[in-house]
Amino acid sequence: MLGRAANGVYWMNRYLERAENTARLIDVGFYLALTRGNKESADEEWRSVLTTTGQIEAYCKSHSDFSGPAVFNYLLRDKDNPGSVLQVMENARTNARVVRTSITNSVWEATNEGWMTLRDLLARPVRETNLGEVLSTIRRQAMLVRGALEGTMLRNEVFNFARIGTFIERADNTARILDVKYYVLLPSVAWVGSSLDNVQWETLLRSVAGNRAYTWLNAGSMDPKGIARFLILDGQFPRSLVFCYDKIRSNMAGLAKEYGHEVSAHELLRDAGAKLHQITIDEIFEGGLHEFLQQFIGKTIEIGSAIAADYRFIE
Amino acid sequence: MSAVGVTNFDEMLKEDGSVRPAYADFRDWYDFQDKAWLKRQDAEAERFFRRIGITFNVYGSDAAEERLIPFDMIPRIITAREWRKLTRGIEQRVRALNAFLQDLYHRQEILRSGRLPVSALKNNAAFLSQMIGFTPPGGVYTHIVGIDLVRTGPDEFMVLEDNARTPSGVSYMLENRETMIAMFPELFTKIPVRPVSDYPRRLARSLRACAPAAYSGGKLPVVAVLTPGIFNSAYFEHAFLADQMGAELVEGNDLRVMDGRVAMRTTTGYKAIDVIYRRVDDDFLDPLSFNPTSALGVAGIMDVYRAGGVTIANAPGTGVADDKAIYSYMPDIVEFYTGEKPILNNVPTWRCSEPDSLAYVLDNLQDLVVKEVHGSGGYGMLIGPTSSKKEISAFEAKLRARPDNYIAQPTLSLSTVPIFADSGLAPRHVDLRPFVLVSPDGIDITPGGLTRVALKKGSLVVNSSQGGGTKDTWVLDE
Repeated sequence: MLGRAANGVYWMNRYLERAENTARLIDVGFYLALTRGNKESADEEWRSVLTTTGQIEAYCKSHSDFSGPAVFNYLLRDKDNPGSVLQVMENARTNARVVRTSITNSVWEATNEGWMTLRDLLARPVRETNLGEVLSTIRRQAMLVRGALEGTMLRNEVFNFARIGTFIERADNTARILDVKYYVLLPSVAWVGSSLDNVQWETLLRSVAGNRAYTWLNAGSMDPKGIARFLILDGQFPRSLVFCYDKIRSNMAGLAKEYGHEVSAHELLRDAGAKLHQITIDEIFEGGLHEFLQQFIGKTIEIGSAIAADYRFIE
Repeated sequence: MSAVGVTNFDEMLKEDGSVRPAYADFRDWYDFQDKAWLKRQDAEAERFFRRIGITFNVYGSDAAEERLIPFDMIPRIITAREWRKLTRGIEQRVRALNAFLQDLYHRQEILRSGRLPVSALKNNAAFLSQMIGFTPPGGVYTHIVGIDLVRTGPDEFMVLEDNARTPSGVSYMLENRETMIAMFPELFTKIPVRPVSDYPRRLARSLRACAPAAYSGGKLPVVAVLTPGIFNSAYFEHAFLADQMGAELVEGNDLRVMDGRVAMRTTTGYKAIDVIYRRVDDDFLDPLSFNPTSALGVAGIMDVYRAGGVTIANAPGTGVADDKAIYSYMPDIVEFYTGEKPILNNVPTWRCSEPDSLAYVLDNLQDLVVKEVHGSGGYGMLIGPTSSKKEISAFEAKLRARPDNYIAQPTLSLSTVPIFADSGLAPRHVDLRPFVLVSPDGIDITPGGLTRVALKKGSLVVNSSQGGGTKDTWVLDE
């Protein structure tokens, strides 16, 4: 396939994943703001959502209000925000248009409809009363595209690039969410057993759609190390770092098989994947959770760049 | 704007209000349908088009804006007998066009014989010196042709325009049919309509039959559609055709010249292309040969082409044959190369470059349509009968300043076909663009084509950029 098409499929899926993850972060911010009694701590939560999505600096340039509606409208639909869900969905759709001949009609139509639906839904400012509907629509549209991909695409190079895009983005997103909240998981005498802890932990799980799964796996008991282990090292949880890397590896293996040879990104991945599988949660805490996550985010970017270069995404 | 007092040919109804045979079966069905339900179907069709993304971009407006060409769900119906005559005429004309191009770029017999004055080629920027003495692979110049026809009577189809460069609209022909089948499947079990859906396969086969000398055999020739990109007004069609043909959709920046071939950048390296169906104008094809600022083409592709490394469809330089000055000579051209009288007539045309014609045109501007020789899309023209005195005199000044830039034609009483209006069926003016494929194996005409319809009552302008829509076009089986 064309390098430009591989690039398009990869980014189309990164953007779709990003839109969904941003919606989930807003959802959690909203939930927290509602459960926090006072405005200062509610605003603090919204600030932290902006930090997680990497938009805090841009936001502060044009805004000083950290109230819920100001922040979630910025994240969802602000025309001057290139990372808004609306813009990200449009990027996904533009990439889908570019690669229309590489994707099935179902995938194209799901992407196009998703964009049209959100464009209409986000044409006017979102209020707290319809935020829930907007967020669930975003998630649902992303799932429709994923379902179309799963159900209609040939399992070939195109599919591999699509999945690699999804999991590079997801690995990056999960790591960032964890990194912004890593201190929540650090052992602290003062916090132990406080109800604040529990809310924060649950929030963290909710923002990666992992609260149900974690509760189920751990029979309802929560502890910081267990949560960190789950989000980083659980091979069954589809948003954990290990899971994302495993998926990237298996799709890269698909490419190697189809093309008959490996590229430099394979070597990088094998190395990073092996380390991730060998490390224990105690070792991660010993070395510093924040340091570990920073390193992981850097490595993921490096892998993404290697894939783009090795497969000639651009001239 | 039909001339006042002249009745147009109504393709569905006879003068006495009875239904013509072509529409008999359709009307039997239509009269039986619940009109409220039809209205709902109509709205459904628009949603369908939006979802699948059949849109065109509008130049000069917000890049993000994508519009739909309105679709009218009443089919335009042509009988088997009418179509037979049309195909003979189209085939003759397309054969003549290719012979003409071959001659123009080689011995120029038609100029030597005096049947076509050298002056007719004056100012024709579409003539490419790079093509002189070169024969394209398979001897085919116009792989895809669109012949624009208008109808003025029961047996009167006339050619309004030849499109020998990169005729567009075929995706609408195909999607209009798909939409009709999805909306009214029972119609197609009741009425024998000739299918059009194999056009992309026939196009692919036709293109592959023109592989260049460098094609190594073995696997099928590699075909790619070259598009200017997603901001082009016809991008949907480019992607659609590539998809349906199983061809790569490439842009200029995917391509480069390597080892005497044109190659595309794939994930595993550069891969040679045999046939390029380009939807990029000649001018932008090769910055080394033509417009040096073009980023849409491939530097050096013309050298590769001339050396037999790639086939370009349509061949560069075919535009010389479809300009309006040449158009006025088409009856002579057809006769010169086929030895037969033209089966399809031209619309009578005055060349304003000729003093007698110019005098006549100036005297009768209020009754004539005056067009720029190199213009297209319904722009830069004067429609006498619907123009004000002021507009006419403004145009007269332009015409006097550069008479050889214009031709004039009578206002025709174009046929009408019913559309689905709020009030029920209402007649509107139409034209027809059949799509013609040319390969060394012969000429292949898809039954039907694209019917464009002026949706405004009384309007004769069918261009999508100016309020035109499209219809499904049926050719009935024997």
